[in-house]
Amino acid sequence: MIAAPFDFDRVEVRDVSRHFGRRRALAHVTMDLHAGELTGLFGPNGAGKSTLLSVLSTLMHPSGGSVTYGGRRGRDLGDSLRARIGMLGHDLFLYADLTARENLEFFGRLYGLDDVPTRARAALVAARLDDRADDRVSSFSRGMRQRLALERAILHHPRLVLLDEPFTGLDDASSVALAARLTAVRDAGAIVVMATHDFDSADRVISQAWYLRDGRAGSLPGAGGTLRERYRAAIRRAAE
Amino acid sequence: MIEALRTAWLVARKDLVVEARSRELVYTTLFFSLAAILIFAFGFVREGRPNEDMAAGILWVSLAFSGTLALGRAFEREREGETLRALLLAPVERGAIYLGKVVALVSLMTCVEAVIVPVVVLLFNAPIGRAPGLVAALIVAGTIGFAAVGTLFAAMLIRAHSRDVLLPVLLYPITVPVVIAGVRGTAAILAVEPNLALARMWLTMLIFFDVVFVTLALWTFGAVMSE
Repeated sequence: MIAAPFDFDRVEVRDVSRHFGRRRALAHVTMDLHAGELTGLFGPNGAGKSTLLSVLSTLMHPSGGSVTYGGRRGRDLGDSLRARIGMLGHDLFLYADLTARENLEFFGRLYGLDDVPTRARAALVAARLDDRADDRVSSFSRGMRQRLALERAILHHPRLVLLDEPFTGLDDASSVALAARLTAVRDAGAIVVMATHDFDSADRVISQAWYLRDGRAGSLPGAGGTLRERYRAAIRRAAE
Repeated sequence: MIEALRTAWLVARKDLVVEARSRELVYTTLFFSLAAILIFAFGFVREGRPNEDMAAGILWVSLAFSGTLALGRAFEREREGETLRALLLAPVERGAIYLGKVVALVSLMTCVEAVIVPVVVLLFNAPIGRAPGLVAALIVAGTIGFAAVGTLFAAMLIRAHSRDVLLPVLLYPITVPVVIAGVRGTAAILAVEPNLALARMWLTMLIFFDVVFVTLALWTFGAVMSE
């Protein structure tokens, strides 16, 4: 590894707000995230889900409040914290003109991993893309890119895994496979946070659920109908 | 330091592999430069005789314009897949990412210059044979200065809606010293009465600008990319 990775087993979000000029993207968000849990983030478009993921990833600083990783602030940890964060963005973070293998090996080397070719091969198998390893990503379907992007995000075995709409563009079989993969990542001790609109797929894997509306967060109850029903009821209450 | 250089090399190599596959930047900047030079040639060459002292200015204007084109597109690639965010999320010095982008851009522009300089020599009877090493040094030093500032601004503007307009507006005023030093240094070599000592002085100025620009950009890149 380039920087000695800093390990942690919880992330504490305390009263986090984020403004873009006069627009409020997050307002006083407080939540706890623990190792071995997969947290679902739900909410309408523009509710602040992606902003919260960016803040958790350290790519964006909050305007107010704090995020601590194992009790320490992200700003103080720098590279050693980023070495333990993996992120799958809505735009997948892949180079279309590189092959699947080249994408994985590039990021593997950037993270200073050892035996990168072996890790990349294993990731390609996990993404079920070993037969397309040397094809350019630009020739892949959305689902294939999505699978590759997830493996890229977790190639360095991050403690905190942030996923923005991971089920987008996946067929049913791929959604089931992704859910199984996320479950395995969660069970391996990762803190997984996933923003999604796909209630059915998320319901299979999440440990806890939060909703965001106009930048404000609230937790969804663990019981009382399907995830979609609980979300709708919570959003209705928040609107009242 | 070794890690930063390793990271810079990784980023530069990745950019060059991507360009080798698509050849998009090389072809567009080369076509643009050649078109600009040809237009200048039609305007300033009469009956096979170019106006004196034109070649240096035309060469550097072409380099600056084509460099801007390459800069914009190079970062557009990073924006398309949001890959710049992935780079910024990696546990590496952000200055090393910047350095890698500069190295890739300088390599690319050098390839384009290897074609357009002979074209300028041919069309404007520019006698670069008097001091080919000095001309090459001036062009490479100027390219580094231009790429150093341009890479910083292009990265800063990656999320701006009007980035295509803003990039030249911000870039040209800042790189004026580089372009002036490049033009005057090259003109001193190509003049009817060449002054190689003056050209060396301008080369020294260019190297000084390069050091200042690269140092300032390395210092500020991490901060400007933090949001």
